[in-house]
Amino acid sequence: MDRRIARGVQAPLVNGLLLAAAAFTLFPLLWMVSVSLMSPGEASSYPPPLVPQRATLGNYRELFGRAGIGRYLVNSVFLAVTVTAVSLVFNVAAGYAFAKLRFAGRDRIFKLLLGALVIPAQVAMVPLFLLLKQLGLVNSYGGIIVPAMAGIFGIFLVRQYALSIPDELLEAARIDGASEFRIFGSIVVPALKPIIVTLAVFTLLGTWNDFMWPLIVLTDKDLYTLPVALASLSREHVQDNELMMAGSVLTTLPVLLMFLALQRYYMQGLLAGSVKG
Amino acid sequence: MRFDRAAWWFVAPALLVIAVFFFFPILAALLISLTDFDIYALADLSNLRFVGLGNYLKLLETPQFWQALGNTLYFVVAGVPLSIGASLGAALLLHSRLARFKPFFRTALFAPVVTTLVAVAVIWRYMFNTRYGLLNYALGGIGIDPIDWLGDPHWAMPAIILFAVWKNFGYNMIIFLAGLQSIPEELYEAARIDGASIWRQLRSITLPMLSPVVWLVGILTIAGYFQLFAEPYVMTQGGPLQSTVSVLYFMYEEGFKWWNLGSASAVAFVLFLLIFAVTALQLRGRKWTAA
Repeated sequence: MDRRIARGVQAPLVNGLLLAAAAFTLFPLLWMVSVSLMSPGEASSYPPPLVPQRATLGNYRELFGRAGIGRYLVNSVFLAVTVTAVSLVFNVAAGYAFAKLRFAGRDRIFKLLLGALVIPAQVAMVPLFLLLKQLGLVNSYGGIIVPAMAGIFGIFLVRQYALSIPDELLEAARIDGASEFRIFGSIVVPALKPIIVTLAVFTLLGTWNDFMWPLIVLTDKDLYTLPVALASLSREHVQDNELMMAGSVLTTLPVLLMFLALQRYYMQGLLAGSVKG
Repeated sequence: MRFDRAAWWFVAPALLVIAVFFFFPILAALLISLTDFDIYALADLSNLRFVGLGNYLKLLETPQFWQALGNTLYFVVAGVPLSIGASLGAALLLHSRLARFKPFFRTALFAPVVTTLVAVAVIWRYMFNTRYGLLNYALGGIGIDPIDWLGDPHWAMPAIILFAVWKNFGYNMIIFLAGLQSIPEELYEAARIDGASIWRQLRSITLPMLSPVVWLVGILTIAGYFQLFAEPYVMTQGGPLQSTVSVLYFMYEEGFKWWNLGSASAVAFVLFLLIFAVTALQLRGRKWTAA
């Protein structure tokens, strides 16, 4: 068979299929934005309208006004930022120590942590709830932040990256009389910057998108994160499609934009995290 | 051997958090699953009794638990191959030398992964709407009668699977793409010189070279799909007729709606053992085929 003819058929086929796949993934997201700009009731018609007859921000006004979504937005931002900031400190310090410092039982502890990665977090949820209840953290921001202060995945990610820091660099600093904390601050953290950004993006997205644990531990409406509030709104407003789409836009757009801006770091983390097998 | 005394200052805080808020609760879950911890014990611990394997035995006699288990297996058995197939197909297309605008397509296909599950579940619930949903409109265009996607016990799980594939396939696609890029180009050159067709190259080079990655992705995806929860919570609330109650959904209701915390812990442990057993089986199967 003539290769050029084969190519002439294949190139449109490959690109056509990619286009179809992209339409499949993007259409629901674009339509979400479109429906969120429709007037109430407009989306409940047949055939389903693709674009609003007259675009309106009414649904967003309603969400911020009566549904008080601004409060949930603030909660979500606060929790995502706090969890990320705190857990970065804990995980980066520990990940570095597992890679470069020597202490009794280091390798055994690390193996234990790695093994525990297969345990689904939900197994711990009932006792964790009781424990936090004892500590008075149920139904407070602390219930989200405290258990998330350190994580095995984050430690693992940092450790793998920190292995590549040359020992000579650290030794030289030690000979110069720098303390371990000084070395950490002025040599290690700058060297780990790419993985720190990666882990930050992962933690921000993970905390923002998390649903089951906030649903369990936050019972007071004022403390809800966006996903929990959205799930509860969607049970009340089953028919208000336009309003719900506006809520979905507000919930998902921030993380989508952040991902677009920091895509490179995210993909690196994804690949580093999946080759652990 | 030299020990760094300062090391503990670096690891201790993180280890303490993980020990107190992860390892301890897991051990406690095992103990609680052997008790009748319920709303009375929640109010006063003196109401707590040790019941041995009672919770586990009771679960075996609970039809809803078996149904939740069956639904979850359905989701895993149908959803994982579809997901991985979609990931592999998309990765092969993106890797093709004929593909254009690769960065755009890569981002577009990956986008659903980073969206908030609850938010996109709300979108899909609307698209699955029997009367106004876009899906039925599209199907109507090719002469198929409207399907009551989320209201018909036969269709609710397939609808959730379709949604899950849309949401998740981009993740594994990126891993496959990296795997494809690491296959040496010379192998293909040699095959082309020998006159091997595209299909032949796929079967004899690409898939065998990619098989370790497929295996790993399979293990991780199965473990993830066993943890189905938010999709039915938002889209169907477990219905219709319990057809989308997953094991975790069952655990959530048992524990945090009815406050049967002992029984909920038993459910969580059964799920864990199930995931563990399936993973172990896969790892053994891998060794077996590699030998």
